[in-house]
Amino acid sequence: MTAVSSATSDRAVALQLEGVQLQLGTSSMHFDLSRPTGSVTAIMGPSGSGKSTLLNLIAGFLTADAGRILIEGIDVGHLPPARRGLSMVFQDNNLFAHLDIATNIGLGLDPHLKLTADQKKTIEAALERVGLQGFGRRLPGTLSGGERQRAALARAFARRQPLLLLDEPFDGLGPGLAADMIALMLEIRRDVGATVLMVTHDPDEAKMAAGHVLFLSKGRIIAEGAIDGFFERRDVPELARYLGTDSSPATAAQKRPPTSPLP
Amino acid sequence: MPSKTTNFTLSAMLAAGLAAATPLAAQTADRELTVYTYESFVAEWGPGPQIEAAFEAQCSCDLKWVGVADGVALLNRLKLEGEEAAAGVVLGLDTNLVTEAKATGLFEAHGIDAAAVEVPGDFADDTFLPYDYGHFAVVYDSEAIAAPPASLKELVEGDSNQKIVIQDPRTSTPGLGLLLWIKKVYGDDAAAAWSQLKDRVLTVTPGWSEAYGLFTSGEAPMVLSYTTSPAYHMVAEETDRYQAAAFDEGHYLQIEVAGLLKAAPDKELARQFLTFMLSQEFQQVIPTTNWMLPAVAIEADLPDAFDKLVKPATSLLYEPQVVAENRKAWIDEWLNAMSK
Amino acid sequence: MSSLLTRAESRAAVLGGVIAIAAISVAIAVPVTALLWRGTTGEAPDLGFDSYLLRVTRFTLLQAVLSTLLSVALAIPLARALARRPSFPGRVWLLRLFAVPLGLPPLVAALGLLTIWGRQGAVNDLLTGLTGGEPFSIYGLSGILLAHVFFNLPLTARLLLLGLERLPQEYWKNAAILGLGQWTTFRHVEWPAMLQPALAAASLVFMLCITSFTLVLVLGGGPAATTLEVAVYQALRFDFDPSRAVFLAVIQIALTIAALALLRLTGGRDDVSELMVTGQARPDVHGRAAGLVDMTVILVAALFVLSPLLATLVAGLSADLPRLLTEAALWRAGLTSLGVALCAALLSLLLALLLIRARLQMPGLGAQRTKHGLDALAGAAGSLVLMVPPIVLGAGWFLLFRGARGSILLPLILIIIINAMMALPFVMRVLEGAYRTAMSRNGQLALALGVTGLSRIRRIDLPALARPLGAAFAFAMALSLGDLGAIALFGNDRLVTLPYLLLQKMGSYRTADAAGMALILATLCIGLMMLADRSVSRQRSGTQKNPQKNKGRMP
Repeated sequence: MTAVSSATSDRAVALQLEGVQLQLGTSSMHFDLSRPTGSVTAIMGPSGSGKSTLLNLIAGFLTADAGRILIEGIDVGHLPPARRGLSMVFQDNNLFAHLDIATNIGLGLDPHLKLTADQKKTIEAALERVGLQGFGRRLPGTLSGGERQRAALARAFARRQPLLLLDEPFDGLGPGLAADMIALMLEIRRDVGATVLMVTHDPDEAKMAAGHVLFLSKGRIIAEGAIDGFFERRDVPELARYLGTDSSPATAAQKRPPTSPLP
Repeated sequence: MPSKTTNFTLSAMLAAGLAAATPLAAQTADRELTVYTYESFVAEWGPGPQIEAAFEAQCSCDLKWVGVADGVALLNRLKLEGEEAAAGVVLGLDTNLVTEAKATGLFEAHGIDAAAVEVPGDFADDTFLPYDYGHFAVVYDSEAIAAPPASLKELVEGDSNQKIVIQDPRTSTPGLGLLLWIKKVYGDDAAAAWSQLKDRVLTVTPGWSEAYGLFTSGEAPMVLSYTTSPAYHMVAEETDRYQAAAFDEGHYLQIEVAGLLKAAPDKELARQFLTFMLSQEFQQVIPTTNWMLPAVAIEADLPDAFDKLVKPATSLLYEPQVVAENRKAWIDEWLNAMSK
Repeated sequence: MSSLLTRAESRAAVLGGVIAIAAISVAIAVPVTALLWRGTTGEAPDLGFDSYLLRVTRFTLLQAVLSTLLSVALAIPLARALARRPSFPGRVWLLRLFAVPLGLPPLVAALGLLTIWGRQGAVNDLLTGLTGGEPFSIYGLSGILLAHVFFNLPLTARLLLLGLERLPQEYWKNAAILGLGQWTTFRHVEWPAMLQPALAAASLVFMLCITSFTLVLVLGGGPAATTLEVAVYQALRFDFDPSRAVFLAVIQIALTIAALALLRLTGGRDDVSELMVTGQARPDVHGRAAGLVDMTVILVAALFVLSPLLATLVAGLSADLPRLLTEAALWRAGLTSLGVALCAALLSLLLALLLIRARLQMPGLGAQRTKHGLDALAGAAGSLVLMVPPIVLGAGWFLLFRGARGSILLPLILIIIINAMMALPFVMRVLEGAYRTAMSRNGQLALALGVTGLSRIRRIDLPALARPLGAAFAFAMALSLGDLGAIALFGNDRLVTLPYLLLQKMGSYRTADAAGMALILATLCIGLMMLADRSVSRQRSGTQKNPQKNKGRMP
């Protein structure tokens, strides 16, 4: 990999991975990357290529065997997830099912739930921001899938962390709803000034949301670049195979992402 | 799932199991006598093995012991089995139980000359023959207790941290003995005495063997046993460590008896055994195996150790009739006091 | 749901179910009727008996409540520590170890606990050495509680752990990112997940403790610590007082029914065997001190469960095993035990299969009402078994046959019936889920292929169920092998099982022999339990498609 950070100054770099390595079972991961502040990056790649592992390393759920991870210039390698300055939205289970929406967001503001009047206002504002005003006392189970993801975004909005990690957050919502959610996410990103990394398998989603793509295969970033024209590239065989744009019919089955719910 | 072979194996094992549950037949001797007794009598260190060898030598028969936990359990078993009890002789009841045992109607008169019997109080009965006697006593470990209780009162009122193991009066003759002992001394206050003694009781065992085993293994520093028990440790182990505590109020007497069952398969052999029971061969074995005093004067001298034992100044004993009338009520009283 | 059996098979299944229900009803109704009949015709218990009765009932409840509270209260930190440490070396073995007490003969456990916690045991040595105070006494309430916690803490911890590990992985990630900390995580994530399993486990433990017999018999230490079950046994074998036994038995049945209602109310349907061997990654857990606390909790619990087992092993090995193994009495008892256990397990399995088959036999027969009635009846038959504990069941048969004296075969059959009834709820539990899955997987296919009748049972249904059947069989055998209740009532010098012989050896204080026999019995039962555990877990790993993601070292 060639470094892409040389053009930007250190202050503007929100996230940097330098020679990060991890051995997971039989597969070895190796990541180098650098993303500027405020950017939205799509992370793509076939099943098992290490997309989620990459997010887990950045979030601190996994510890690298070697290398450095810097968030806003600070080496976070030994910091617990809560102190790395990030929010995260997963495909599902972002909210504790037995706690109401307001409490779920409140936990993001004060883990001991001793909320000040200001913090309570913040929760209300966040709900309003995502179009869920009045939902505070409701349990996640009574909300639709899209509404739950909005609530998760509301928590990220309320927390105002510099880094926002999204792990296939809009999967299974349907194209129309997903588009709305992406728009909402982009607004929030702008409000907060966050840098976004989003794992997705849908090129259309990536095009809507991101300005930049990292394409992973077998634990490495094998291609990256601006979103424009990225999916038309033919110089990366793995990418072509992933998108199903190569001529071999055998790869058609590969196109369906592995994360779809099992029948 | 099991194939035919495994099915076969299963049934074969089952058949073997059932077969094994039935007693092994085919003994060499043609006559057979079964004697119901208590557990410690037939232990390898008890009188059972020697007596069996001696009797079999003169009867050309096969003597079989069946041991239950203790003396009262013997009576329970008889009541349960009724006339189907597969024994000729029952050995190990005591005078406290004879009236109740007779009331079962399962015994018949022994018809044996008991003139040689010499037991305190001159107990004589046409159905039950005494074979040994002794006095109940609290036996203590002198390495664990410096000042043993000198009276029943001191035992009852003493330090509850110094534990004693006793036997259940519903199954054990020593257990019943202590119950009667306390009744004799305390009378109507017996229940209160038991309530007080309760905290000192580590555990209540169904039989004497288990209690004495717990005591010698160090689980408790005191046990309910006999004045004669220390003789065992002096003779067999050559130690004075275990001693009986002499009680001011006197000691309750136990006379152990045997009787002949009406339904005995071979009454002649059963009577032969009862006669043998009063003979020197049987009686001389008793002091140093059952560690009780013989019911018939023996020709050989008792070991010196017997001279060093506690000699109760007062023997306490209820008439069999009184025990029979009150046993159930007194045991309920005990249960009530002990379960508080 | 459409029927997965042909009409003929349906009819056969229903018939089988009816037969099974009838058999179970007879096995339970007959002795209970005998008890009640005896109770109404026999003389009334005397005055003075009332207060004893009251005290026994009170103690039965007291020890069950305390045992339950202790087991659950201690299981909470233990399950939590185990969930927080998903991948320490030996975790797999520890969870396997926690399955052992469930099948361990209570008598063996009591002996092991006495070795460790008795006056001469390691714990007292340590305590008196440290404090110089009076030794702790294992007899009485403390011993009963200790033994009940030994049996139920691992079970409860497994149930709670299952509750925790069922939570989605994202919860722990969220907790980590939000920085919830230990207390908040416990209050808002872990505790809500453990609450329902804790209630279910509590009612299960309460049920088990209220019918506890052997442990109370051996460790109770006298009338002050007697439960109804033991009192029923003593009334029959110590006092030969049937009317008293009947009175106690009726109260015992009332208590069990109440406990059963509680169990239904809390809906304990969790199957501990679902527990995964490796836990979920816990990114929210960090810090050395917390790790030290967790591992200490786990280590203490492991020692608590392991020490009596090790004591059994050490004492057993120092016994004269070669001589013991040449004793005819041991072989007789062993073969009797195996024979009884085999028959009881087979009977239990047969009844369970008939019941389940009839129960899952949905429409297709036309008459909806019959089906519902049958389903309810089959369920009720299962409950019936729980309502009448083995000793009470035995007491009924005992009175009916006046102790079943004089015969070998009759008491043997009664013991087999009682043991089969005892194992039935557990067997049903293991088999029902497996049977449901197998039927929905193969039922349509079998119909389509036209494989029916016996050939279908042999070629399709049984092979698909081989593993759960094996597990249920092994478990039922272990339960029967370790049972002392039925044999305590019916045993005599001609009918002796291993636990009965062990009790006799303990009674005559042949400590070394008892230790050797305890080891033999424990080996048999633990071997069976391991077999059951393995066949279940292998089956699970065979069907599991999605290996868990994101396993790895945590900061």
